[in-house]
Amino acid sequence: MRVTVLFFHPFQRRSRVNRALWKAIQGVPGVVARDLYELYPEYSIDVEREQETLLGTDVLVFQHPFYWYSCPSLMKEWLDSVLEYGWAYGEGGNKLEGKRWLQAITTGGPESAYHREGYNHFSIIELMRPFEQSARRCGMVPLRPFVTHGSSVLDDAGLAAQAARYRELLAAIAAGSLPSELLTDRCEEIRG
Amino acid sequence: MSTHGFLHQAIIYLGAALVMVPLAHRLGLGSVLGYLAAGVVIGPSALGLIEDPEQVLHFSEFGVVLLLFLIGLELNPRRLWTMRKPIFEMGGLQVALCVAGLALVGLAFGFDNRASLVLGMGFAMSSTALALQLLREKNLHQIPVGESSFAVLLFQDLAVIPMMAAIPLLAPVAAGAESAGGIARLIPFAKVLLALAGVILAGRYVIRPIFRVMARTHIREIFTAFALAIVFGVALLMDAVGLSMALGTFLAGILLAESEFRHELEVDIEPFKGLLLGLFFIAVGMSMQLGILKSDPLLVLGLVLALLSVKLAVLFGIARLFRHSRQESALFALALSQGGEFAFVLFGVATEAKVLEPSQTGLLNIAIALSMAATPFLFMLHERIANRWLDSTPVELGPEHHARPEGNPVILAGYGRVGQVIGRLLHSQSIGITILELDPGQIETVRKFGWRTFYGDVSRLDMLRSAGAEAAKLLVLAIDDMEAVARTISLAKEHFPHLKVLVRADSRIDAYHFINTGVEVVRSTFAPGLEMGEEALKLLGVPSHETRSIAQRFKRYDREQLFKAAKHVADIDALITLSAQSKEELSRIMATDEKKRAEIVGDGWG
Repeated sequence: MRVTVLFFHPFQRRSRVNRALWKAIQGVPGVVARDLYELYPEYSIDVEREQETLLGTDVLVFQHPFYWYSCPSLMKEWLDSVLEYGWAYGEGGNKLEGKRWLQAITTGGPESAYHREGYNHFSIIELMRPFEQSARRCGMVPLRPFVTHGSSVLDDAGLAAQAARYRELLAAIAAGSLPSELLTDRCEEIRG
Repeated sequence: MSTHGFLHQAIIYLGAALVMVPLAHRLGLGSVLGYLAAGVVIGPSALGLIEDPEQVLHFSEFGVVLLLFLIGLELNPRRLWTMRKPIFEMGGLQVALCVAGLALVGLAFGFDNRASLVLGMGFAMSSTALALQLLREKNLHQIPVGESSFAVLLFQDLAVIPMMAAIPLLAPVAAGAESAGGIARLIPFAKVLLALAGVILAGRYVIRPIFRVMARTHIREIFTAFALAIVFGVALLMDAVGLSMALGTFLAGILLAESEFRHELEVDIEPFKGLLLGLFFIAVGMSMQLGILKSDPLLVLGLVLALLSVKLAVLFGIARLFRHSRQESALFALALSQGGEFAFVLFGVATEAKVLEPSQTGLLNIAIALSMAATPFLFMLHERIANRWLDSTPVELGPEHHARPEGNPVILAGYGRVGQVIGRLLHSQSIGITILELDPGQIETVRKFGWRTFYGDVSRLDMLRSAGAEAAKLLVLAIDDMEAVARTISLAKEHFPHLKVLVRADSRIDAYHFINTGVEVVRSTFAPGLEMGEEALKLLGVPSHETRSIAQRFKRYDREQLFKAAKHVADIDALITLSAQSKEELSRIMATDEKKRAEIVGDGWG
């Protein structure tokens, strides 16, 4: 399967985890990696060009820090402008049908924070419902996210391991096998 | 006439005009009536200061010649084409029906066939100045009925030419004139064609190159001299081949309308036209036989009322035919109801050609003048009474209604490297721009690429007016002459306070001065410098978005400092201190950011 990674980080030089992950997936065969803040530093997204890239992919991967339980603003801008009515959804909007949607996110807090009793109160899956629903709305198949928790406390060894895992994942997808842990049900259980 | 005599006369004319014209203006009656009144006052009917108006009338006819030259010059074939429907259909119908209807009135009042026709033609013409002024005052010039009025007035301007050519043909044929037969009759016709061809060729191959040479000298008076020489030369040539001078100069105007020197010509000829035309109306006023008004007031008033009624009815009917609301049609009819200044010209030609008796002309001139005076009063009446009868739905202004007869919303001065980018950007949004440029070489080059550029010095008030500053929204100064910019800013602030001004500043000091005048300022060297600085950072490995963020912060800070320093523009020491301080401050700000960045071990979110 053809894989396209859209990387969103406004100030890479300040990033440790995302930068490492991004570096790790360069050069994987079958994976096209695009740095969106580098392409559009002034937010004027070339919609046609983006849509053309999407047509040429089977799996769309969004890599980004989980800013405020969401995404960096350029990604929102990207979603708002590229997923057009009549192209991605709505009447005649079937260009993305059947393609997979995967998000590779990084968070500050640990995994335990993302539960009902944790300080973030909600699970990652719950917090990512808008993205999940957006994918479905475009006829795409949302996959479970690849999450890197606790970025501020991740040590070098842990980071290297996570980066390697990320690379292997994308390589496997590109080679044609979708790991089952990524597949979701329509009604996900909410872990309490 | 001795020098004294000439000066003596001049003072009288000037004095009369200086008193009556402002007075007329105050009373809302328009300058034409003022000149007429001045003529009446100093002429034989009243004070009798001038006994022989004929001489002056002949001399001042040059005013008419210049007027027609300017009309030909200002004719815009492109605009005529886009407005062809209202101009030719509505205008044509108006002129035709009015001439017919008014001629009938003439017949009813005892004028013979020929005289009635002339009467019809004269009275069918409305007063462009009066009509447009009234429409503008009532803010009606931007809605459809304003556009229609303008179209009809434009057609009238065009119609004058054939009328003036036709009137001599109406003359009772003199005994020996018919004897020339066959080929001999064609000779004068051929002479005319030859003369016209000559003017066209001269226009293209002689006049324009000469203009360019003159433009390079940058000597103002040479232009004016050359412009007048052209107009008078053509006028005499046309007269020599038997065509009317006015028609000839009209053609000359058309020939030069597309040239880059159009605005320059307009601006140079305008003052002469203004004065001579004023003189013309004074002369007409002088020859008005007010005696008729005293001896036969009913005749005069009856004639005026009949003429006004017919014209109002025709105008209203035509407007309704072209789908205007009753309210709009009434306004249209009122604005164009009067007989206009062209009537005087036509009647003058008719009198010369013996189609009209001087006594008839006298009566008609008074009728025209009274009809002009009546217009403002009719408007007032309408406002009080008619509003109740006609539909009172307010006219809604949608963007599709905005006609722009006067010109473009943007005036751009300076079409060099900076101006061209501005021009292209605005043009891509279909925004109309009037471009002024002082370098003839530049104009030539740019015109080759299809841009309508005009030769003109934007720092002159008359040029600003000619370029449409009155109606424009924005004046952009992209020229590199900072003194000219300063002059233009003060002219604009004084005479066109509604006009927004955007200027280019080539140095910081210039920027300070312009900022203090309150206009929008863009420094011509800042953006390129910033862009290069950004590229430099990127080449040194700083990521794009971060570079952008740094540059934007720098830009914002720099602009704050610019405005701060502008306050101290007169004090060099303060500026130096400020400059040193701001350098320090900027480094400090940027360093603080760097520190903050270093403190965060990576991004809080990863």
